[in-house]
Amino acid sequence: MTFTTPEIAWAPLAPLMIVLGAAAAAILVESFVRAPERRRAVQLLLSLVALLAAAGTAVVQWATLDGAGTVVLADMVTVDRQALAWQVLILVFGVLGTLLFASRTRAGEEAFTPLGSVAPGSTEETLARRKGFQVTEVFPLALFAVGGMMLFTAVTDLIFLFVALEVFSLPLYILVALARRRRFLSHEGALKYFLLGAFSSAILLFGAAFLYGATGTTAYAGISAGIATAAGVDPLILAGAVMVIVGLLFKIGAVPFHSWTPDAYQGAPTPVTAFMGAATKAAATAALLRVVYEAFYGLEWELSWLIWIVAIASMLLGTVVALVQTDLKRMLAYSSVAHAGFILVAFAGFPDGALSALPFYLASYGLATMGAFAVISQVREKAEDGAVLGEATRLGQWAGLGRRSPLLAGAMALFLLSFAGIPLTAGFIGKFVAFAAAVSEGAWPLVLIAVIASAAAAFFYVRLIVLMFLTDVPEGQEDAVEIEFSPYARIVVLVTAALVILLGIVPGPVLSAFENAGVLLLGAAG
Amino acid sequence: MLDLTWLLIAVPLASAAFLLLAGRRADAWGHWVGVAASGTAFLVGLGALIQMLGEDAHHREHAVHLFSWIPGGALDLDAGLLVDPLSMTFVMLVTFVGTLIHVYSVAYMEHDPDRRRFFAYLNLFVAAMLLLVLADSYLLLFVGWEGVGLASYLLIGFWNHKPEYATAANKAFIVNRVGDMGLIIAMGLMFTYFGALDFEGVFAAADGASTAQLTAIGLMLLVAACGKSAQFPLQSWLGDAMAGPTPVSALIHAATMVTAGVYLIVRSAPIYAGAPAAQTTVAAIGAFTLILGAVIGMAKDDIKKALAASTMSQIGYMMLAAGLGPVGYAFAIFHLVTHGFFKAGMFLGAGSVMHGMNDQVDMRRFGALRTAMVTTWVTFGLGWLAILGVPPFSGFWSKDKIIEAAFVGEGAQPWILGGAALIGAGLTAFYMSRLFFMTFHGKARWTDDQHPHESPALMTVPMIILAVGSAFLGLFLALGDRFATWLEPVTGHAEHHEPVLPIPVIMIATLLLVALGVWVAWRKYGAADVPETAPAASLATIAARNDMFQDSVNRGVFERPGTHLTRTLVYADAALVDGAVDKTAGGWARTGESVRKTQNGQVRSYALTMLVGLVIVILVVVQGGL
Repeated sequence: MTFTTPEIAWAPLAPLMIVLGAAAAAILVESFVRAPERRRAVQLLLSLVALLAAAGTAVVQWATLDGAGTVVLADMVTVDRQALAWQVLILVFGVLGTLLFASRTRAGEEAFTPLGSVAPGSTEETLARRKGFQVTEVFPLALFAVGGMMLFTAVTDLIFLFVALEVFSLPLYILVALARRRRFLSHEGALKYFLLGAFSSAILLFGAAFLYGATGTTAYAGISAGIATAAGVDPLILAGAVMVIVGLLFKIGAVPFHSWTPDAYQGAPTPVTAFMGAATKAAATAALLRVVYEAFYGLEWELSWLIWIVAIASMLLGTVVALVQTDLKRMLAYSSVAHAGFILVAFAGFPDGALSALPFYLASYGLATMGAFAVISQVREKAEDGAVLGEATRLGQWAGLGRRSPLLAGAMALFLLSFAGIPLTAGFIGKFVAFAAAVSEGAWPLVLIAVIASAAAAFFYVRLIVLMFLTDVPEGQEDAVEIEFSPYARIVVLVTAALVILLGIVPGPVLSAFENAGVLLLGAAG
Repeated sequence: MLDLTWLLIAVPLASAAFLLLAGRRADAWGHWVGVAASGTAFLVGLGALIQMLGEDAHHREHAVHLFSWIPGGALDLDAGLLVDPLSMTFVMLVTFVGTLIHVYSVAYMEHDPDRRRFFAYLNLFVAAMLLLVLADSYLLLFVGWEGVGLASYLLIGFWNHKPEYATAANKAFIVNRVGDMGLIIAMGLMFTYFGALDFEGVFAAADGASTAQLTAIGLMLLVAACGKSAQFPLQSWLGDAMAGPTPVSALIHAATMVTAGVYLIVRSAPIYAGAPAAQTTVAAIGAFTLILGAVIGMAKDDIKKALAASTMSQIGYMMLAAGLGPVGYAFAIFHLVTHGFFKAGMFLGAGSVMHGMNDQVDMRRFGALRTAMVTTWVTFGLGWLAILGVPPFSGFWSKDKIIEAAFVGEGAQPWILGGAALIGAGLTAFYMSRLFFMTFHGKARWTDDQHPHESPALMTVPMIILAVGSAFLGLFLALGDRFATWLEPVTGHAEHHEPVLPIPVIMIATLLLVALGVWVAWRKYGAADVPETAPAASLATIAARNDMFQDSVNRGVFERPGTHLTRTLVYADAALVDGAVDKTAGGWARTGESVRKTQNGQVRSYALTMLVGLVIVILVVVQGGL
């Protein structure tokens, strides 16, 4: 057996290489820059420069793209406008996430534990805290995650899909475990996320094996051809396709593969929740779009069962369970489950419109998610002696926030309205284009359910707004909550709020840009 | 310059954003940024105006394309500005009066720790108001409409540490929502009937639309106008809105925002042209409110609330004129402009009085201020003469035309509308003179710790400029029908109709009623002593009894039903709406609780859920597929 070195078009990989190269360099920084404060500064700068440079390169490539795109690595990676659009989006989330990672409270406290390797509450932990240790590894970890997600949007081969999945998942498992406060909760969330993630990866691999068995290839194009030539429908192909999709639905957080979300969202350090909530969902949606449109397009009718069942279950369960949550982060976790359902609505009937609608939907959803968790990171509990504790995530603690901090409460209200899909916010346009795509393929019963579910979901969003603005602070609780001021987090709140409004009022330019992104290099096989 | 009109909106908006974000470090100089932004907008507007004046009258309508707003689909809408004589008139009024009030506020708000935030809101208001009048579609107008509502809400409740002020802001907010619903429904109707929301498309389609369609749209637009312009029956918020700082009352609740309803009606002229019933309703609402406002104004002892009632009444005049159709459109806008000057001037005067009197607003504790505050007295006096309609001051030229126009028509209508306008003039003379005499004449009734003094130049100079406008602007614009000719491309040429009474008779009757009103007010409030407390329980004078009578009418007719209505609404809301919602949500919540139990925190059960889910999905798909 001879082995020929594949032709690799390096230039289109530049954004990815910048991010992964910076991640590798950041590991070296860990070893060679000893003073924690300086190391932190270098890491932050390196991350931001790398992410912005990658975003810039991606935009340049977008502008100079030759034809529909480039096949980079045989059948394994393609870079087209669809991939570039998602990559820019993920890089934007990366930049905002990095800023949140770097934000500190007035007392100089970070969101991450000073030393990840010691037991919670141990004397070593206290010592590490006193000595000013910092886990600056979070920056390279985030870079690796971003790199993996970017690759995830461009892969066109099941094996490489799996590799990219693990590249971005492993850093996230670690990041979830690094919370400074409530570390047991953080560890629990990380462990559950890891175990269930491993389980879903196994399902995805199992599906890939089925497909390989049925078609003799793991490349999307080959599978698509295999589906087209098969006489009738091969159960092996169907089962394989379902299992691959389920592996991705786990990352999107759709029912019944959502059980990790509440624990991971609640336990993770809030900056990680923000980044994970926005970027993972975007990357997984991108990968799902590509695998569905490039490999499984011929199974449209058969897979519609899967899409409908999971979409309806996600929307209903996410909405219903969010209603009874008393913890803000858990509430947003269930709201993210409901949003996974809304995302899947756009897949109904595999409309062409989904390719341009979903990037916009995920942009609006991700920005609002980033912003909402950035606000959460600023609202802290306060002990009786005046010491500022962890985040005040119990709903009741947010009563009267509008009076305490009109800016934060106003921004939060905006993000919630965007989640609810109220006009003049980005969320409205996002829902509109996503549902319109589904209607174009005649899936109006599903859209009807989606509209009812979003109306019901508005309940718990508006409930929080009412709590913030129209409820007085309970007697004796006036001093129980402290509004933190972290410049980086404030920047994220303002930027995301501005973008949510901007995309809601002037969606035109972005919509037409994503219109161009709706063309896949390989084209839909149907 | 016309291509740069987008700067009119962008500059104040950018300044507002800057001031809000700059933080405390900009406290020392931030207000001058606000003044500069408003001043820049004025200069841009002036440049555009000069350019427009150099053009042929029929080519003064300019469309400025901004960007493609909602591309494609059933509703293809571009965001653009419509720069024509009508919107230009508003631009000049808003930026000129606005800039003066910005300057005034620098001194008025000097000791307020949140002065920077105040200027941010003022800039926000200017930007939103200019967007409202410059928009080329109802939808973009709506964005500005909500923007001014937001700015108004923020500014009324600016001192929201006082609960009643926050309540006032909420009241204004809620009443305005009723009006907004009107505008939203009107837009829905336009979209359904015509498939368009831009002025051009809607007006083109309005030509061929049925009367019923146009009447429905016209009435809904009227609801919107009533909410924004404090017209009956949505007038109740304006008095409470006086809780805001006085410059806000001058700019938003006298000169500009409250007149947006009039603008909406005049702008929608092609719709009302095909809906005579809706048009008559506009006139009737205007006539009723002008009397209502005047009656309320007669009873108020709070100087700002009296002025607010007067604003309501004067806007009633404008609505009345706008409801007369092409005959009245130009006069409605003309009166709007002159009113903008003299009422803003008088509000600033009231602010100056409050500034010198430790924020006292009770006119019964004023008196004899003419010696202590000469500039305020003179400038306020000019505004007073203007609102009375005394020739040759500004108000005469605009109000007299409206009264004349109200007498045009057939049947009973001119007698009712004209009569109301005529009586309104007399009532206006009475309550404004009462206000003027109680404040500046008679004996000093100050409380012990008050030492009235003239305000600083930063406050008096804007007052002087506005007073000059109150005195001469009307004459300047009325000469040779300048203003009507200027607006003609928008409002259309009005055929000349003879009023049912000869014009000199109307004019003389008006002036006689005004003189009577002033004389009565002088007898009771200038020459005679004014009791320091409202003679509610005393049997002193007939005038006092009338006063009391009016107060109780106000209370009985407006306040109590209002309270009952709100209480009923709150009750209904709690019992019916909340009940229904709670029950629904309760049902959902119970389901949620039972589902939550499955989220028991055990990884193995989670994994089992996933596995079962996977198996079910595979079975369904494979079964369904085969």
